[in-house]
Amino acid sequence: MAMNLKEIEVLIKESLPDAIVEIQDLAGDGNHYSATVTSSNFSGKSKIEQHKMVYNSLKGKMGNELHALAIKTKE
Amino acid sequence: MDQQTKDLINDEITKNEVCLFMKGTPDAPQCGFSMAVSNMLKILEVNYKGINVLENQSLREGIKEYSDWPTIPQLYVKKEFIGGCDIIKEMYENGELKKVLQTKNISYKKD
Repeated sequence: MAMNLKEIEVLIKESLPDAIVEIQDLAGDGNHYSATVTSSNFSGKSKIEQHKMVYNSLKGKMGNELHALAIKTKE
Repeated sequence: MDQQTKDLINDEITKNEVCLFMKGTPDAPQCGFSMAVSNMLKILEVNYKGINVLENQSLREGIKEYSDWPTIPQLYVKKEFIGGCDIIKEMYENGELKKVLQTKNISYKKD
């Protein structure tokens, strides 16, 4: 049920084409990641909205296939 | 989400000024993310209610729908959804969490 790093990056970039995505596999188990996403689309949005945009790009995988993804967003 | 779950959530966030929906309890968190937020609130000496979603499957799913947020923990202050672990951590580090508590008139350790 794990996801690989590339899949996560591809999904985020599909929704946020200008995004710079840096992902780390924190535990090396394909299950605990941290992602830093930088996109101009975040401009003027609250942190909650920004994180929701990233969650939405993952199409419901967050909390399911993807157990743990720490997110940091930057404008 | 069934009405009973919705009522339960409404009830908790109305009765408790600071409410943390979490896995486990403040004394025995069952997940690192829940523990992290719980600890930040403890350090700030905020009086909060921890609600263990692991004890109630419909609450565990319901809170995600209620907040439109896919993960747990979730922090509510005066009925407003403040964020999940990453956001709270960032707010804790940059001082915004204290500002929110201050604005919402919640007592915390000022030092």
